Amino acid sequence: MEKQLLRLTVNGQEYELYINPKTLLVEAIRDHIGLTGTKRGCDTVSCGACTVLIDGMAVKSCSVLAMQAEGTEITTAEGLEKNGNLAPIQKAFIDHGAFQCGFCTSGMIMTAQAFLNENKNPTEWEIREGIEGNICRCTGYNSIVRAIDATAKGKYTEVKS
Amino acid sequence: MNKYTVINPHSAFKVINTHVHNVDGVAKVTGRATYTFDVKLPNMLYGKILRSPHPHAKIRKIDYSRALELPGVLGVVTGKEDTLGIKQGIWRRYKDLCDEQILPVDKVRYIGEPVAAVAAITEEIAEKALDYIDVDYEVLPAVYEPLEAIKKEAPEIHEGFERNINVTRHIEWGDVEAAFEEADYIREDWFKCGGQAHMCMETRAAVSSFTDGKLTIYHSNQSPYYLQALMAGVLGMREGDIRVISTYVGGGFGGKFELDGAIFCSAVLSRKLHRPVKIVYTREEDFIASKRRTPMFYYVRTGVKKDGTFCAREAKVFTNGGAYTGMGATALYLTGFFHSFPYRWKGYRYDGYRVYTNTLPSTSMRGFGAPQAMFTSEQQIEWIAADLGLDPIEMRRKNSHYEGYEVPGQATIASCGIDQCYDEIKKWIKDKGKLPANRAIGLSACGFMSGGIFNWFDTPYAFSAAMITINQDGTVELFVGAQEIGQGSNTTLAIICAETLGVKMEDIKVHSGDTDICPPDLGAWGSRQTLMTGNAVKMACEDAKKQLLEFAYAQSGFNIVYDLDIKDRWVHAIARPERGYDYGELVKKALRGKDGMKIVGRGYYTPHRKGMISPAYSYMLQGVEVEIDEETGKIKLIDSLTAHDCGQPINHLGLIGQLEGAFSMAAGYGYLEYMPYEDGKLMNPNLVDYKMIRATEMPQTAVAEIDTYEPEGPYGAKEAGEGLTNPTAAAIGNAIFHRFGIQMKENPITPEMILKALKEKKEKEQEKKKGKK
Repeated sequence: MEKQLLRLTVNGQEYELYINPKTLLVEAIRDHIGLTGTKRGCDTVSCGACTVLIDGMAVKSCSVLAMQAEGTEITTAEGLEKNGNLAPIQKAFIDHGAFQCGFCTSGMIMTAQAFLNENKNPTEWEIREGIEGNICRCTGYNSIVRAIDATAKGKYTEVKS
Repeated sequence: MNKYTVINPHSAFKVINTHVHNVDGVAKVTGRATYTFDVKLPNMLYGKILRSPHPHAKIRKIDYSRALELPGVLGVVTGKEDTLGIKQGIWRRYKDLCDEQILPVDKVRYIGEPVAAVAAITEEIAEKALDYIDVDYEVLPAVYEPLEAIKKEAPEIHEGFERNINVTRHIEWGDVEAAFEEADYIREDWFKCGGQAHMCMETRAAVSSFTDGKLTIYHSNQSPYYLQALMAGVLGMREGDIRVISTYVGGGFGGKFELDGAIFCSAVLSRKLHRPVKIVYTREEDFIASKRRTPMFYYVRTGVKKDGTFCAREAKVFTNGGAYTGMGATALYLTGFFHSFPYRWKGYRYDGYRVYTNTLPSTSMRGFGAPQAMFTSEQQIEWIAADLGLDPIEMRRKNSHYEGYEVPGQATIASCGIDQCYDEIKKWIKDKGKLPANRAIGLSACGFMSGGIFNWFDTPYAFSAAMITINQDGTVELFVGAQEIGQGSNTTLAIICAETLGVKMEDIKVHSGDTDICPPDLGAWGSRQTLMTGNAVKMACEDAKKQLLEFAYAQSGFNIVYDLDIKDRWVHAIARPERGYDYGELVKKALRGKDGMKIVGRGYYTPHRKGMISPAYSYMLQGVEVEIDEETGKIKLIDSLTAHDCGQPINHLGLIGQLEGAFSMAAGYGYLEYMPYEDGKLMNPNLVDYKMIRATEMPQTAVAEIDTYEPEGPYGAKEAGEGLTNPTAAAIGNAIFHRFGIQMKENPITPEMILKALKEKKEKEQEKKKGKK
């Protein structure tokens, strides 16, 4: 297939890519742009390690073509930190030990961020349902649930820069 | 006799067991942590592995000429042409157990086994090239189940192994027959325990770069030293010419310290093509061609007195070893030992047989044979209590290990908090009151080792080692060969370092996962790092601290009876803590006193005179509240409490993480995760069909830490990483037993099994009624 020019906006930065149209968004982000925080854990859209935000919504970036994301605002784990200040959800993950090997963490945090954007006062069960699409083999999820809950309750604040 | 007597002498901790953040936290939540999966080197090629479609076949001929013609393909390697054909294994001391060629020269023994590997300029081209490699196989008869493979007429999988028996293990103490004679009640059961995939989020991955006679490998593993040594063996190189880097590792769980296809094939390709080569397994490859938890057939015969006193136990185990030995030989021993835990048996006999089959090799996985041992033991004990009308907790308690108990010829228990565990769980059950009709609570006790003392790897080095150097500003470089795989060893060891040296967490940089700069260490397996590497770190810090305090003494002018110490970077006399000065100042002075040489502290640990298995044992009792739908057989976990004796907790957040994570893996083993094979082919090698615990299936996981002190552990600590994987499957089984009176002798316990058992129970009851009429 002939390569095409694509403009992708990732973490507020525009990238010009010349790629095969069947390139997945996760491949564009990792292999072409070089942001390797976004991971891949399966080939069946099952694990959520590749989750990014597209216009604020959590999307598994292995489930869309890079071309489909043209004209959107994409945010990856690398884009949450602002001028060296961690986002509240990142602080919460550290404070609750909500990661171990860390391989699912980028995707899990993006799912959590999108969930919090939509749910201001979630119940524990809603949080669990919110992250059901992301597999974490290490933590058993409960520390992640606590981290999201504490963030929703405003325990971690954003540093305005 | 069960009450602990040793009071922890290190009570006033500054860092230990406080709320310390993981030292790798920022790197991991910002996506900056670079895993092998993310490594990209200049001029790098991508490799792919051609795998056997046959469970058992001779390789007659491999023709890859067509593959080489594809544009972008740089080279192909095969076992016959490009390797030394050395049979390797992690049990290096025992030549006959070194039975695996990662690229076999003449025969494949399971579906998915590597046959050839190709390198190309893109992964896509490499993948395509696999279709252009022609392999001529002579298909051989195959066998998949251990009880079939030990039959006389079964096909021979490895030459010289009669009836395909790979390893046998025998453990025995006491006069077993006489002890059975003393029993009033004897019960025997057969169980079938399933396999389980490690399912690390990061699949097997390696980037090898061979240049100037030296090899640098980025590899996702649990023991860089093992991989360095094993690679040197198969490539005919010197260990020192191979550097293994494993900075961030996306999970291990017992599946990542043997040679795998990614590391071996990438290295062989790189050596042939003189360019870096990267190989990453797909999820499907990771399922069909890594290794797995050992499936086991368990026969258990137990004799007890009417009052519940345990007399004798006999166990016979046949494990599905799959095609090669790997760590499976260790699992065979440990399952037999932990099957006796945590109880005292007058007579105990275990016979284990590891049997080769034409399936994916089985190996160590978190719990290392003990989850199978507990699934069988703890359910049978529950049934015996019911058979005899005894309280299952009190029956367990009266037979349990205690501090000072000697497992005959095997181990001496220096610390043991199991007795308090019974109290905690009893209280938890009592506080719950009456449960809804569709729920029941199941229990399981167990114990686990804090690192193995065996040296089948034949290392000439200490089992663990650590080195620290102190910079002029007092910051500390801590070098350990222990491998961080997510379990938190970097943080735990930094905590021990900060506490011992008397500095703050932010003063310490941990260097691990690089064989060029870190001392050799057996790595992350067998729950060994907190105790073994922890002791080495403590010793290294004490060594450096002593050097610093020598200068402090010399200039203090204090009476010799005063002791000096450093805490929180404050150098002071212990009797006069308010009079002191900054530790950074002391370091600068000490540097001048040493003619500018950096302060270096070294420490090591190798267990001596600690029995046959481990220097220390953790204990636990777990209660799980389970809801079971009578119509569908569906299981839902509601709540749990684990009473847990890991000695002195070191890393508070890490410990909770280990407990909760182990629970999810163990619950998955109990009722969700299984690996069905048909004619040697795994039927669910993907994350759609391989079911695991997700956030909605996880219950609350409270923990009651029991305060004990382990004299052999650093600051009294022992293991917490693996033991917690052991009780849950049995606890779920016991809950089902209490809910319906049915006995689940196979795991994972599926809804179909529950419905079948309920149907059989109903039929039996009806028959009984008919008989009475």
